[in-house]
Amino acid sequence: MTVTTPVAKVVDASGLSCPLPIVKTALAIREIGSGDLLEVLATDPGSTKDFIAWTKTTGHELVESSVDGNVFRYLLRKK
Amino acid sequence: MTATLTRPILPTALVEGLDDPITDGAVKTKELVIVAESGDLERTWATTILASTAAAGEMKVSIFFTFWGLFALVRPEVRVTGTNWMQKMLAVMNRPGIDHAKLSKLNFAGMGPWMMKKLAKQYGVAKPGELLEMAQALGVRLIPCQMSMDMMGITADQLIDGVEPAVGAAAALELMTNADASLFI
Repeated sequence: MTVTTPVAKVVDASGLSCPLPIVKTALAIREIGSGDLLEVLATDPGSTKDFIAWTKTTGHELVESSVDGNVFRYLLRKK
Repeated sequence: MTATLTRPILPTALVEGLDDPITDGAVKTKELVIVAESGDLERTWATTILASTAAAGEMKVSIFFTFWGLFALVRPEVRVTGTNWMQKMLAVMNRPGIDHAKLSKLNFAGMGPWMMKKLAKQYGVAKPGELLEMAQALGVRLIPCQMSMDMMGITADQLIDGVEPAVGAAAALELMTNADASLFI
């Protein structure tokens, strides 16, 4: 999927363990507007399931998730 | 720069086991109450990890700090709490403040917690104090137990900012019975 909207904010949670990627994301998503995109970078392998679960719980949308080497990238759209 | 191939993750394969009835976008706010009774480092860690994660998941979270758990709410610069010698001795033997929590096992006069914190740093794990701050920023309610404050001689001005007024067991039980999940840690 190609996303044309620019990313409003980036959270670099590389090197951080659970629950920091999710907690930092939750703090950052409060600073952007509804419909805005948030990009999260993480190296925690557990973060993939965490982000799926987290978006299900919160209602924010997981637009894209990918992995490049050992870096996971999640693109989220604020509800 | 080397071109690296970006491998997409297929959500369908990973969603397995995470299915729940919430699919229509109508998300009900869930409530979690943690009774933080222990002042041990590992338990304080569990409390702050769960509280911050739950709050990140937009759950309504309250932590009721009682007995040894209450020391986690004491400001870091407060060395001794209490007014009589017994209360003071308690604080001297068990230094208040979340950063001074000891391990229940393998404490080795502080070597254990020192090693745990070193490992935590190495693996990018936040310390309980940092998690508590983030939890507060995410709206977690920190509620001290009045009886524990009285018995240990801890005053409201010795507690960190943002702590709610102290309550009793009945108020704590009301929170617990209305919550979706309650934990005693």
